Amino acid sequence: MADQATFVEQAMPFMSSLYAAALRMTRNAADAEDLVQETYLKAYRGFGGFEEGTNLKAWLYRILTNTYINTYRAKKRRPEESDLDDVEDLYLYRRLGGLEIAGLGRSAEDDLLESYTDDEVKSALESLPEQFRMAVLLADVEGFSYKEIAEILDIPIGTVMSRLHRGRKGLQKKLWEFAVERGLVA
Amino acid sequence: MAEGNCNDALHELYHFLDGELTDDRRTRIQHHLDDCPPCYEAFDFEVELRTVIAKRCQETVPEDLKQRIADAIDHEVLHPPAL
Repeated sequence: MADQATFVEQAMPFMSSLYAAALRMTRNAADAEDLVQETYLKAYRGFGGFEEGTNLKAWLYRILTNTYINTYRAKKRRPEESDLDDVEDLYLYRRLGGLEIAGLGRSAEDDLLESYTDDEVKSALESLPEQFRMAVLLADVEGFSYKEIAEILDIPIGTVMSRLHRGRKGLQKKLWEFAVERGLVA
Repeated sequence: MAEGNCNDALHELYHFLDGELTDDRRTRIQHHLDDCPPCYEAFDFEVELRTVIAKRCQETVPEDLKQRIADAIDHEVLHPPAL
């Protein structure tokens, strides 16, 4: 049992990562703020049920995700694609590897990666259908393990792995498209 | 390096990077990467990509949101909802 009096001290440090996740989920600042606020209130009320010594961040993410699914998903502002074209593994790397980027030498790939802006990466992630977006967000931005993601999303580990696999490829495809649009690669 | 080892390594690339392999599998892939520059480069690229993704997706919490949450919790403390 966790003591509510220690809630603020323990839970507040996770606010910026919860807020970032809420933005990727809702794709809307006003909804993201409401979602985070609601998550903190629910977490405070339910903190007695949190087992001290277990993973508080994962526990908060589970509340965030459930609140998002139950409340905000219903009033989505953009129509949601649920499918994702399947593309080859290492999509971005293989495309870059086949290029001659004049004057850039061996670090051309790293230079391209570094050149992506915040907006491009966020928008690439947000372009993924929800089920893939959540898996990639939890793994690649937040660093949760497969088991933690399975618990947060309440899906089997095998499903976590397949969503991650396809979601990551989808993200790479989108990043490649941005590079092409910007004329960074031809 | 036998092509089979490359295929195995690439097949397990994400499990390796995600820290989801047994020590034994992990060591085996690490040895392969030490000996195989093409695989090493592919792994290195994925590591770099992930760093960029995580870095670019950071956000700063608006001050008024922090305040709203602090106020909402203070309110709960003073006026716990009836059970």
